[in-house]
Amino acid sequence: MAETPLLRVRHLSTDFLLPADKKIARALEDVSFDVYPGQTVGLVGESGCGKTTTLMSVLRLLPANARISGQVFFHEVNLLSLSERQMREYRWKDIAIVFQGAMNALNPVMRVGEQICEAITLRGIMSSDRAQARVGELLEMVGIPKERGSQYPFQYSGGMRQRAMIAMALACSPRLLFADEPTTALDVMVQAQILELLEEIQRRLGLAIVLVTHDLGVVAEMCDAVVVMYGGKVAEYGSVDEIFNAPRHPYTQKLLESFPDLARPTGSLASIPGAPPRLTELPPGCRFAPRCHLRIGKCDSESPPLFEVEPGHFAACHLLESTQDASPPSP
Amino acid sequence: MRESWLLLQRNLSDFWKTFRRNQMGLIGAFLVGTALLLAIFAPLLTSISPMETVRTADGRALTFAPPSVHGPLGTDDAGHDIWSQVAFGARISLVVGFLAGFIAMFVGSLLGILAGYFGGWVDTLIMRVTDVLLVIPDLPLMLVLVAAIRQLNLKISPLVILILVIGLLYWTSTARLVRSQVLSIKERQFVARARAIGAGHGHIIRKHILPQIMPLIVANTVLILSTAILIESGLAFLGLGDPTQPSWGTMLNFAFDRNAISNGAWWFYLPPGLAIVWVSLGCVLLGNVLEEMLNPRLTGHHLEGEARVLSASLKSAEESSEEVSHG
Amino acid sequence: MSRRDYLFRKLLLSLVTIFMVLVINFVLFRILPGDPVRAVIGRNVKISAEVQQALREQFGLDKPIFPDQFFNALRQWAQGNLGVSWSLRRPVAEVLMSKLGNTLLLIGLGQVLSIFFGVLLGLFAGWKRKTPFDVGALTFSLIAWATPTFWLGIILLAAGSTWLGLPTGGIVSPENVGKPLYAVLPDLARHLVLPTLTLTILYLGEYMLIMRSSILEVLSEDYILTAKAKGMTNWQVLWRHGLKNAMLPIVTIVALNLGFTVSGAIYIETVFSYDGLGKLFQTALIKQDYPLLQGAFLLLAVSVIVANMLADILYTSLDPRVKAN
Repeated sequence: MAETPLLRVRHLSTDFLLPADKKIARALEDVSFDVYPGQTVGLVGESGCGKTTTLMSVLRLLPANARISGQVFFHEVNLLSLSERQMREYRWKDIAIVFQGAMNALNPVMRVGEQICEAITLRGIMSSDRAQARVGELLEMVGIPKERGSQYPFQYSGGMRQRAMIAMALACSPRLLFADEPTTALDVMVQAQILELLEEIQRRLGLAIVLVTHDLGVVAEMCDAVVVMYGGKVAEYGSVDEIFNAPRHPYTQKLLESFPDLARPTGSLASIPGAPPRLTELPPGCRFAPRCHLRIGKCDSESPPLFEVEPGHFAACHLLESTQDASPPSP
Repeated sequence: MRESWLLLQRNLSDFWKTFRRNQMGLIGAFLVGTALLLAIFAPLLTSISPMETVRTADGRALTFAPPSVHGPLGTDDAGHDIWSQVAFGARISLVVGFLAGFIAMFVGSLLGILAGYFGGWVDTLIMRVTDVLLVIPDLPLMLVLVAAIRQLNLKISPLVILILVIGLLYWTSTARLVRSQVLSIKERQFVARARAIGAGHGHIIRKHILPQIMPLIVANTVLILSTAILIESGLAFLGLGDPTQPSWGTMLNFAFDRNAISNGAWWFYLPPGLAIVWVSLGCVLLGNVLEEMLNPRLTGHHLEGEARVLSASLKSAEESSEEVSHG
Repeated sequence: MSRRDYLFRKLLLSLVTIFMVLVINFVLFRILPGDPVRAVIGRNVKISAEVQQALREQFGLDKPIFPDQFFNALRQWAQGNLGVSWSLRRPVAEVLMSKLGNTLLLIGLGQVLSIFFGVLLGLFAGWKRKTPFDVGALTFSLIAWATPTFWLGIILLAAGSTWLGLPTGGIVSPENVGKPLYAVLPDLARHLVLPTLTLTILYLGEYMLIMRSSILEVLSEDYILTAKAKGMTNWQVLWRHGLKNAMLPIVTIVALNLGFTVSGAIYIETVFSYDGLGKLFQTALIKQDYPLLQGAFLLLAVSVIVANMLADILYTSLDPRVKAN
């Protein structure tokens, strides 16, 4: 697509200050990727690799001990340069987020319909009667009978709660939707339904979606582009084809290997030995080096930049240095 | 089995490290420690006995003398030195408070273990008793109990009655705490293993469960102590203590009944009360810190403030025109 | 378990507790004392042997303790016959009723004020965690907790009467005794200041702590983050989503506190010579006026139990989750 990206994240870095231990957790370092209108970008990686932190950093919903740097361009406006008041205008109206629909993402003592209505009336977008009608529309759109809007979250099943969260997120017709592990904690059947719902909504409304997940199957099914993260950095970034069929980063390769493929059952499940690094004690070189099966001397001392292995396909690995002029995307 | 005790030991040394870092705990320890020292070394810290009457030059009792006249804390309406009353009163207040607290701890732990470990009707029975006990207002119940027991004219010291009554009514929080801990421990692997190899109940309780709940019991007991001391002072104030062995509460009873207020003798009613606050506060601080260390609290909450954006990153769109794009 | 079942269980518990209170009352005052007649009419009254016998028969004290005496006692109590106070020479029930209003006034006022300020201060303390305000609030609560009720009363009494000229005791000035309270409001108000202040200060600390920890817990829940992501200001999030949830524990605590409030009232009424149930209780204790003591205990205990029950009902109607548990 030759359009301009809806969201451009450039060199996003987030640190958390931990005064109690006098340490700094470098949750994100130099994260960059784009999201085009109508596109679905998958953000994958192990738990704790920074996927959720990335979303929270863009929306600036991090706690007071976080320090963010970099640029996040939404329609050419750098969100990180805005005041808190200005940022609030963007939340939900332009970028909405769907959290894991665990019991507590919705206020347990407020009726579901009221919570959705609140998102609408908060903006003064429409009068409260019209807002009520809109709430009904939204619920129907996600497959919830609109009478159930007067119920409380605990009266909904897990899948329904997730749908309700999606309905609420669409309340102000955002252009970009962040979905943070929308199917984790749901059973397989319901997972499929939720994903179908997201796809349908995307088609109908032309939404762009950033989907955070650790489930590669979901990524394969829904995403156009994939950002693979490890230890707070981007390991690889490319189209879904490139990532799945021609992964260039050793971590991505291992990740794909360890994901069970029903079409080609293997004798045993592969796994990556070791554990992800502690964000307060990061290795000086490549963050994946301690667990990498292909590491060379340089990996332990220097952190690799993102190399463009093919147009639009980037991976951060020293082994790829020879494949091009070692010129990372220029600032 | 040794694992459980080793766990306890390791916890204790971690505990000591964290404890020293925590200021509140140190303050609490200081408060309690000084009170204990006062009680123990009372005779060495006072120049006259609390029963002695201080006399003026012409032999009359020096009543209601302010600290400027007779130090350090003046005299009461009978000419007795208040500082020594406070010092020796510490013994009574602390002993009664501690003993009552320990009885509460003991009864509570026992019932908690029984309820948690055996479950079933034992548990239900104990829990119902706890519920009933909690709803009945504590002071009126204690007052009528003490009144009734005194009626029996048994030749026991009023202080013993106080200790028993307080101890037998304040075990509920310990019982609940212990019970829920035992319930969670019971679920764990090593208990099932021990049972499988035929270990008896007593053995399991002693070797596996007790070591793990001890720290919590200790923390809870310290908190109970603060309540016990407060309650004792209240009951003594109402006249249920032993006038011949005055605690701080009894001193306040004297002060109130003998018109210290209208005589403006603040040195009579201020010090004993401050002493009670001193010790009670110490126990609360200590107990809170102990509990916190064994049950760490959550971190912050979502409305605590905004993350800071570092100013170096405030570039505009034009300045940053690279494409890391994807079609 | 549905709401009905939950309430039913609570009702059962309340009834059982009331029954236990009745049993305790009976055991302590009819069985324990050597001479039950004395228990009924008090120690210090001189009565002749014939009168004793007559009383014995009247109260059924020559019959077996259980079931006759017990149920007889229950029947008497149910009819409102709580005996006669020998020290006041009036029926106990009548005495209690005449003082009940005063105590309710004091406790009610104190609780309302302490809840109001406690909630407000706790809210800010939790929201602005670890700021000097929070630390100050916590310190205050801690010290208030460790302070004996009666002692604070004594101090305020001394300070208030010396420096502010407030009355040193009683519910009204001596010249106004016997007049209906609504007729002497200013005088009543002056007498209420110190005792109410004492009560308020003491309970405020606790409510503040509860509110603080409650709001902290609520504010770390996910739905607060959701609300913030919707674009609300911190204040809006607090008001619309934080408050209602955070206040739920307060209801429970107020109920649980009723017992302690009654205890506090006993101390405070004693210190301030405030003519209510608390002072009555203490007087009965000192004078060993057992009928009065029994009656007061019954009234206090049963009221607290009933109030707890009512609070449970209130709580279930506030929290929709309890309905389905």
